[in-house]
Amino acid sequence: MTCTEFIALLDELIDDSLPAETRAQLQEHLSGCEHCEVTLSTTRKTIEIYRSHEVYDLPDTIRKRLHDAIIARCKHGC
Amino acid sequence: MATIQQIGENEQHPDVALVNSARAGDVQAFETLVNKYDRQIFRIAQHITQNREDAQDIVQDAFLKAYEKLDQFQGNSKFYTWLVRIAVNESLMRLRKRRTGKMVSIDDDIETEEGSVPRDLADWSPNPEQNYSQAELAEILRKTIQGLPQGFRIVFVLRDVDGLSTEETAETLGLSVPAVKSRLLRARLQLRERLSRYFRKKKAGEK
Repeated sequence: MTCTEFIALLDELIDDSLPAETRAQLQEHLSGCEHCEVTLSTTRKTIEIYRSHEVYDLPDTIRKRLHDAIIARCKHGC
Repeated sequence: MATIQQIGENEQHPDVALVNSARAGDVQAFETLVNKYDRQIFRIAQHITQNREDAQDIVQDAFLKAYEKLDQFQGNSKFYTWLVRIAVNESLMRLRKRRTGKMVSIDDDIETEEGSVPRDLADWSPNPEQNYSQAELAEILRKTIQGLPQGFRIVFVLRDVDGLSTEETAETLGLSVPAVKSRLLRARLQLRERLSRYFRKKKAGEK
């Protein structure tokens, strides 16, 4: 397996949606390719870091204002 | 294949009961839905418009539009994906208004080869985020994702941050499943490449 073939299957590997046989081929490539190993681990980290850190937070005061406005309109038939 | 959350015929998503009550005039049931999803809708709107005030308006407009159209909600998709579709459309409409005369779609700027082949191959520090304060880190993450083409950014946010399945993301954005997959891979690789500038292990002597 080449690095290009590995990268083409990177998402499926990360999302754990590969048949066992293909997965084993990727693992075999990984054991001898530091570049793909780094690409895999840092791509996983990229996803994890965006999942665990809120980039755009909605402050409670604004949230409340929006809720009040939405519900008031709903009660009066939009 | 991506995992799809299958809901059995006899199992109901908890939102279905809330939607039914809201349809029957129970505003409190609708308020529960607002409470449950407003943060995600705000996040999606802000990622698309890159504008805080617009994103706040979109939260309001999307929920009001959903409330008005509750009768049209078929129930063959999840309420949340239906709501996201409304919010994405509202966000794109608002962008069009801002850039008068210029068509805006989720296909903008995706003709780029950047990031499809990993170039920065240095490993990262074990916990790279620890080298930055929360505020610095948030700024790095914001700046980095803002630099992605729109059509990649929204796919990454829906699929990886919001946790929609590939199929749900495709349905929400009106894209094919292969298009979502190809954008997701490139979005992930481009973000990785860009974050590498901040998170890569420093060589001896580097500051």
